[in-house]
Amino acid sequence: MSKIHVTTTVNGDEVEFLCDPRETVLDVLRDRLGMTGSKEGCGTGDCGACSITLDGRLVCSCLVLGAEAEGREIETVEGIATGEDLHPLQQKFIEYAALQCGICTPGILVATKALLEKNPDPTETEVRYWLAGNLCRCTGYDKIIRAVMDTAADMREAS
Amino acid sequence: MALDNMKTTGFTQVGTTPNRPDGLDKVTGRARFGADVTAPGMLHAVIVRSPHAHARIKRIDTSKAEALAGVKGIVTRADFATGLTGENWNILENVMASDTALYDGHAVAAVAATSALTARDAAKLVEVEYEILPHVTDVDKAMAPDAPVIRAGAADGSVPEGQHPNVVRYHESGHGDVQAGFDEADLVIEDHFTTEATHQGYIEPHACLGILGGDGKGELWCCTQGHWNVQKICAALLGLETANLRVTASEIGGGFGGKTAVFIEPVALALARKTNKPVKLVMPRADVFKATGPTASTSMDIKIGMKKDGTITAAQGVFRLQGGAFPGAPADMTAMCAFAPYALSNVHQVGYDVMSNRPKQAAYRAPGSPMAAFAVESVIDELCGQLGLDPIEVRLKNASKEGTKASYGPTFQRIGLVETLEAAKAHPHYSAPLKPGQGRGISCGFWFNHGGETAVSLALSEDGTAQLAVGTPDIGGSRASMALMAAEELGIPYENIRVTIADTATLGYNEVSHGSRVTYASGLATIEAARDAVKKLCGRAAAKWGIPEDAVKWENGCAVPSGPNAGDFDPLPMAEITANMGATGGPIVGHFEATPEGAGVSFATHIVDAEVDPETGKTSVVRYTVVQDAGKAIHPTYVEGQFQGGAAQGIGWALNEEYIYGDDGRLQNALFLDYRIPVASDLPMIDTVIIEVPNPGHPYGVRGVGETSICPPLAAIANAVSAAAAVRLRQLPMSPPRILEALEQKRDG
Amino acid sequence: MVEVNLWSGLRPLADGKDKVEVEAETVGEVLSGLVQAHPGLQDAIDAGVSVAVDGRVIASSLTEPVKPDSEVFLMQRLKGG
Repeated sequence: MSKIHVTTTVNGDEVEFLCDPRETVLDVLRDRLGMTGSKEGCGTGDCGACSITLDGRLVCSCLVLGAEAEGREIETVEGIATGEDLHPLQQKFIEYAALQCGICTPGILVATKALLEKNPDPTETEVRYWLAGNLCRCTGYDKIIRAVMDTAADMREAS
Repeated sequence: MALDNMKTTGFTQVGTTPNRPDGLDKVTGRARFGADVTAPGMLHAVIVRSPHAHARIKRIDTSKAEALAGVKGIVTRADFATGLTGENWNILENVMASDTALYDGHAVAAVAATSALTARDAAKLVEVEYEILPHVTDVDKAMAPDAPVIRAGAADGSVPEGQHPNVVRYHESGHGDVQAGFDEADLVIEDHFTTEATHQGYIEPHACLGILGGDGKGELWCCTQGHWNVQKICAALLGLETANLRVTASEIGGGFGGKTAVFIEPVALALARKTNKPVKLVMPRADVFKATGPTASTSMDIKIGMKKDGTITAAQGVFRLQGGAFPGAPADMTAMCAFAPYALSNVHQVGYDVMSNRPKQAAYRAPGSPMAAFAVESVIDELCGQLGLDPIEVRLKNASKEGTKASYGPTFQRIGLVETLEAAKAHPHYSAPLKPGQGRGISCGFWFNHGGETAVSLALSEDGTAQLAVGTPDIGGSRASMALMAAEELGIPYENIRVTIADTATLGYNEVSHGSRVTYASGLATIEAARDAVKKLCGRAAAKWGIPEDAVKWENGCAVPSGPNAGDFDPLPMAEITANMGATGGPIVGHFEATPEGAGVSFATHIVDAEVDPETGKTSVVRYTVVQDAGKAIHPTYVEGQFQGGAAQGIGWALNEEYIYGDDGRLQNALFLDYRIPVASDLPMIDTVIIEVPNPGHPYGVRGVGETSICPPLAAIANAVSAAAAVRLRQLPMSPPRILEALEQKRDG
Repeated sequence: MVEVNLWSGLRPLADGKDKVEVEAETVGEVLSGLVQAHPGLQDAIDAGVSVAVDGRVIASSLTEPVKPDSEVFLMQRLKGG
């Protein structure tokens, strides 16, 4: 099967790749671009471990075909920190022990960053519903929700 | 093990909550999990699985698959070791079927190709001819006289005569005279309970990368709770020498018991050997559900007698566990845990391990105990309700304590159940007013905890920092706990200790990270290794000062004379000793290699408020509090995390999660959309209370904390539902259709 | 002599007894003593047992000491998650 040539932007950098028409953006990120920060937990869009933003919209990268990335802007967990400076969410997740195994963490960070950009002052219920598509099996979400709420408060204060 | 160096107070580091050492890697996407590595020239593998619950494999034709461009190798059972016996044979049979597929999803062949897509295409071209056999997936049906036999001769000598051949293990224990006890009771309640199989639901599917040459030397990278176990089993299944296979544990994306077993690693290695190339194998989620190790499903009968004052006079339970197509369901553990929270003069418990056409069950957090607690604690709640007694008072009245003869036999050492009950009673949650339509439930839970073979090494660096190598994969932040314990002993900052999960070539055998053993056993090992290093440091100081070794002690990271008679020397910091250790006797490394045998059992009491929607049958958990004895919390935040995680998993088990098999014996909900684990919007905050009743078998008093937290939620929620909606659910999960049915039955009288 | 308590499921393999006296100073000797007294127990012990000595559950170490007045219970081997 012939491959498709795609040009796209990942975390601000233009990249080109060839992909099989059946490959997803997640496959491309992980297997062709070597960016394994996005995780495959299910491949069916149910777990959110592969969450990325595509032109600013939060999506499961396992549900988007690689070919669809043409001309788009992708943001992944690898693009959240600036140099050695962690994003406040990343800092707070470590501080609050908002992760145990850490497999869901990249997706949850991408998702919550997207939330706070849309809504800097979410209620606990809003955070819980926004993250309802990101499964975490370790934490019971308690410390994740606290970390997000507290980051949001800090970021509001700082802005 | 004599613990003459027990320390329970005066900690400087233990009990603080520093950031975990792997935090940065995990928030930036840099941490390398099972599926995150590659090797030059690597192939991708896909496993061909049976679509039938029970079928004879008549023929496997791989010719079309082999002809596909990019396909490099195909393995079947013929590519594995022969002549295995016992559990190794069971594992191999599960990893790759021989002549019979025993469940929907049972592996029958595997393909390696140059890309994952090619491997997937090739797997579809493998032709397998099956002769379909009758199947059974339900535990009670599997015990019935007319049930198809999964495998004749699988039962061991424990099974009484007259049982169906699918009953493969039998457990019976207890003491006293239960009949006399029931006669003494003012009220006796007897009920039947069932629970469905659930899955650990770790978000990271099993994944590995295997390299193996014709010389029998191999490398394996995999996500596992125990890589020495993987090494041992892979060596057996492939006919290798154990030491020639080096296994490295990746970061692990959740396990909860499900990654104590081996499923795909031998297959990747067999393909690697056949193709002489590295082979990566990642399980699709549907395969994880179908072909790893869910829990047993259960059918249970509980009978408990109580006096009007709340005294339990007798208790008996029959626990039937469906464990899939192989022996091993934890019927014994279920039976032994069932009544452990209570001091009983008359108790009797029976467990049946039953085979069926389902995947071989695996451990899941306190294996067997949550189901038993569901049944037992529900009956106790009913008794309290009918006798008008407070459920915490009744539990306090009957609670096991130090000196109690446990329901499973021995006498308890120091335990903390009473403390958890007292704390629950005093917690504001227990007395908070409920809104209309809400109900409150409580439940206790119990788990044994475990020690196990453990080896660690603590190598000091020239600048006074330390490298700690442990062999227990870090599932929930244990590297932080280990570093805290090492820092405490060495008297150096937490940040100066780097903890690594060593590969199998670096340390002696370490048992799997299971049984809540890591902070207990690897923690004990870390403390002992640090004490060993300290002894060596003191020796070097003594030599330098020209005084006897026992005239030197270790304080705040420095060697100091042990008393005024030892001489007058300035404290010698660790870094000054290690700076020239090469010239004063060589590298300084602390060791511990042993099998700690002092794991302390642990108890928990949970309080939950639930609300039942009478229109939809949906139950919402509106408030939740976990009270559990940790012995000693090394890193309290991670202890809380274990409490909260266990509670959340228990909530899922109670309300939604279940394996649903069709009449065709196929699993109908092998994806997260239909196997519904709790999501963020399903749960409230989960409050925690850490009780610290020191375990006499650990130098700081640590008990395991990982598992007990999943034992109480099932019953606590059932009890809350009963209080909220006046219906008693004896079948899990309490999914909306089941609640609605119960509500309808109540309405219809 | 040490009195060893069996779980009652083992009774049929131990001539109907649930307490067996053995000559033993270690957990290992408890197990070998049991098999010597009742060869029918061999398979159950090989399948994996723990031994509780005075309330401490010894999961694997055969060298743990046992005293004549120790409370000794044979238990099925624990497997955790």
